[in-house]
Amino acid sequence: MDLETLLSYRWSAMTPEFIILGVVAVLSLLDLFLPRSFNRKLLGWLSFASIIAALITVFTLIGDTPVSILYDTFRLDSFAIAFKILLLIGAALAMLLAISYEPEEKLEEYRGEFYYLFLTALLGVMVMSSSGDLITLFVGLELLSISSYILVGMRKNYLPSNESAMKYVINGAIATAITLFGMSYVYGISGTTNIKEMAAALGAIDQQQHLFLLALAFLMIVVGLAFKISAVPFHMWAPDVYEGAPLPVTAFLSVVSKTAGFIIIIRIFIGVFFQVPDLSGNNSLILSLQNYLAVIAGATMLIGNIVALRQSNIKRMLAYSSIAHAGYLLVAVTAFSPFMIETLWFYLGAYLFMTLGVFAIIQVAAWKAKKVQINEFAGLYRSSPFLAVSLAILFLSLAGIPGTSGFIGKLNIFMGALSTEPTHYILASLLIATTVISYIYYFRVLAAVFFRQPQQETKISFSPPAVIVISLCVAVTVILGVFPNIAFDFLHGNFLSFNDFIQ
Amino acid sequence: MTFPYLLTLIVFSPLLGILVLAFTPKTKESAIKLIGVLATIPALILTLYLYIAFQLGAKLSDFAEKVSWMQFANPEVFNSVYSVNYELRADGFSILMLVLTALLSTLAAIASIHIKKEWKGYFILFLLLQIGMFGVFAAGNLILFFIFFEITLIPTFFLIGKWGYAEKEKAALSFLIYNGIGSAILLIVIMFLFAKIGTTNIEALMSILSNKAILSESTKMTLLIALIIAFGVKLPIFPLHSWMVRVHVEAPPSIVMLHAGILLKIGAYGLIKFGIGFFPEQFQSLATWIAILGVINLLYGAFLALIQTDFKKVLAYSSISHMGIVLIGLGAINSAGVQGAIFQVVSHGLLAALLFWLVSIFYQRYETTKLAELGGMARAMPVTAGFLLVGALGSLGLPGMSGFIAEFMSFLGLFKSMPILAAVGCLGIILTAVYLLRAVLSITFGEGKTTNKVKDMETIEKIPAVILVCLIVAIGVYPDLIASGLTNTIETIVIGLGG
Repeated sequence: MDLETLLSYRWSAMTPEFIILGVVAVLSLLDLFLPRSFNRKLLGWLSFASIIAALITVFTLIGDTPVSILYDTFRLDSFAIAFKILLLIGAALAMLLAISYEPEEKLEEYRGEFYYLFLTALLGVMVMSSSGDLITLFVGLELLSISSYILVGMRKNYLPSNESAMKYVINGAIATAITLFGMSYVYGISGTTNIKEMAAALGAIDQQQHLFLLALAFLMIVVGLAFKISAVPFHMWAPDVYEGAPLPVTAFLSVVSKTAGFIIIIRIFIGVFFQVPDLSGNNSLILSLQNYLAVIAGATMLIGNIVALRQSNIKRMLAYSSIAHAGYLLVAVTAFSPFMIETLWFYLGAYLFMTLGVFAIIQVAAWKAKKVQINEFAGLYRSSPFLAVSLAILFLSLAGIPGTSGFIGKLNIFMGALSTEPTHYILASLLIATTVISYIYYFRVLAAVFFRQPQQETKISFSPPAVIVISLCVAVTVILGVFPNIAFDFLHGNFLSFNDFIQ
Repeated sequence: MTFPYLLTLIVFSPLLGILVLAFTPKTKESAIKLIGVLATIPALILTLYLYIAFQLGAKLSDFAEKVSWMQFANPEVFNSVYSVNYELRADGFSILMLVLTALLSTLAAIASIHIKKEWKGYFILFLLLQIGMFGVFAAGNLILFFIFFEITLIPTFFLIGKWGYAEKEKAALSFLIYNGIGSAILLIVIMFLFAKIGTTNIEALMSILSNKAILSESTKMTLLIALIIAFGVKLPIFPLHSWMVRVHVEAPPSIVMLHAGILLKIGAYGLIKFGIGFFPEQFQSLATWIAILGVINLLYGAFLALIQTDFKKVLAYSSISHMGIVLIGLGAINSAGVQGAIFQVVSHGLLAALLFWLVSIFYQRYETTKLAELGGMARAMPVTAGFLLVGALGSLGLPGMSGFIAEFMSFLGLFKSMPILAAVGCLGIILTAVYLLRAVLSITFGEGKTTNKVKDMETIEKIPAVILVCLIVAIGVYPDLIASGLTNTIETIVIGLGG
């Protein structure tokens, strides 16, 4: 590659990534050379500003023709832009939580790296959402994973944090290995790592053995990626990590990291496997493997919701609830309806706001009191009606009650499962049935918050960034629930139906 | 004569009250209560206007509204998109239910003077509940119906759980779970229809589903049974009733007025509009079973009411028993039966509201609803005792009051189609008289345990009772008051049933 070709690329497509990368570099140097007395929180605000700047540049990129640079390893299509918007909003809100995060044993020494590791993780996800090649996809995945391993263990003198980091690393490594193993088969059969070329090579397969091998590779990739989205069978890390990791990290993992998992799934599914014909040659391979996906989705919903019933620790409960939500999202992936990407985008967006709002509330409410048990939230309505009502709205949304974005999202998934052929009756019914189960644990918390008396009066101190996060999340949840077309018009108007995806 | 967005105004008029309440300091008890009551008045005036306009011959289509709300796929890319509209409409039956809702809401708001704490939160939830109830009856498509149906659940959950009696939390959770299951089944039916037919507009579905080529016979049957279960939880149909007894006993009486008066009726409304409306032929083949379920409800409720020692439980089982009459009327599948069922819906709404208002009045004074501890109330509170007797007599179907018309029509219908079952069911009417009189007599006369000096009903407490009694008698004496608006609805239903 000579300089001329290098300069001829439309590097502007990578502006958001460059902004993040630049700030990471600056931050790591600043953290190293600034005196100890310097308030590292300012670095947090700098990272926040860089995320916002990246978000704005992403918005300016909307409407461009799809860009593909560096031999197709980096592509900016409407899919990438749409999901980068979600990722950056999620990261920005999580960063606000990180800025106001004060664990009891203090974070001063590590505060700087706390912030820029968030950014490197974010960079990894952004590269993933734009990659047109398995190599960049995997590099992005690893960048995200390794940054988050460190982030989980950030509270170095807090035992549960160490434990959860260990579990996260081991589980994550196994899962990544499985994914990579699956990818290696795909590479072996197609002889390329480029997603577009791969699709063309695999589309021409006529040997049955190869198809079986591909199906196996497909399942391995799915199973490996189940780790990122915290789906069965790789969901076990979620409760431990949610409990032990610093709260902003948990929020980041449950939102940004989960979105990343779905991004990579869609990229590989639609980009590669959708193009492969099945044994009969009439259908796509994905359609004939739907049943396996359905089993994963069903098991995830069931396990997530049922185990959540038995949790007394609110973070563990939220972990299982997030597993359940991964199950709902997998229903959309399984159904593979024509509006699957819109559905996933909307649900992930809705989920982002409700989850981050809940975590912000927990961070504020549990500020000094180290509250983690559900019954310790009793009487929250007394000590802070604002937090209690916000929590109620966000929980109603998580439970999928009409009037909130969670309902619209579930309605979309449900519609997708019922409107396709073959119709996924069992999966759709399971979605509804497990939703009813989820009422029990969400409303049990609300019952404690509203109906019971507080055990002891605690003063709640609000930090402005967390309050901003809570208010924003509640507002978006309600607005998208009442006027969902704001989001859908935005999608339909700017991205059509993501049909530049595989061009 | 009509003006645009009348239905929207009705449905969302309580929002104004919610907004005002949000900016009222929460310690100002009397101001909050006043705002709470006043906030229900605009809806009452508007629904009455709607009712009168309708009686004077305004076209129903003038009330209909439609705004695009949400598309599931990009309309520019796909030819057939599933789109959901915000559409409201009204027919004779739903206008009647809207008026009943507005009226009972105002009365229940007045009855809320007995609420003792956190008035602000109470009235905000109360008005939210009212929006949900209006929406259910005004919804023009099934998705909207479902949304409003669910919206009624959430405020009710909090109202029971926070302002109820001893076992309130359990009652609230069991309310939520049972109704959650019911609405889950309902959602599956709705989305199935949406996915397979492409619309959820109620009128459109009625005409499309009458085409035999759409959906197989067995699919339709399955859908109907699912609908019966979904609405059966709400009504409630035996054996899905246990949550409802708990709610009647544990919820604050003002909420039970709405719960027994309106929320249970959503079950009947859904059965009539969607059960019979969408699947008339299948409903016909299930008619015997419906009637049998009705008789079981009637007798089961009556027998259990007979042995209760708590007046609230007597009323709870009496509600189950009375909902049996709705089923009996529907099971008769003729115009008399259907009319009887609708009459029972309205009549029981008024009677249940009256009786629970009285419960609230004497619980306020004696802090008990046990029959044994209430004896001899007639001496201390003659007016209350008088109203109680009127309520009980109306409830047991004394001629000249609304309950009689409803029971008479339902049984008339059933005697036409299934005489033996109807004869068995008549036992229930006798039992009703027995349990109600037993309860009322032991309260009003009985041994004089309620000797402590208490004040009889105050003027403000008399307002709801007087209004309700007037309506009960008015309907009983001149049933055309509501029957005239229903002719069209019943005709449509009976034509659907094949004459």
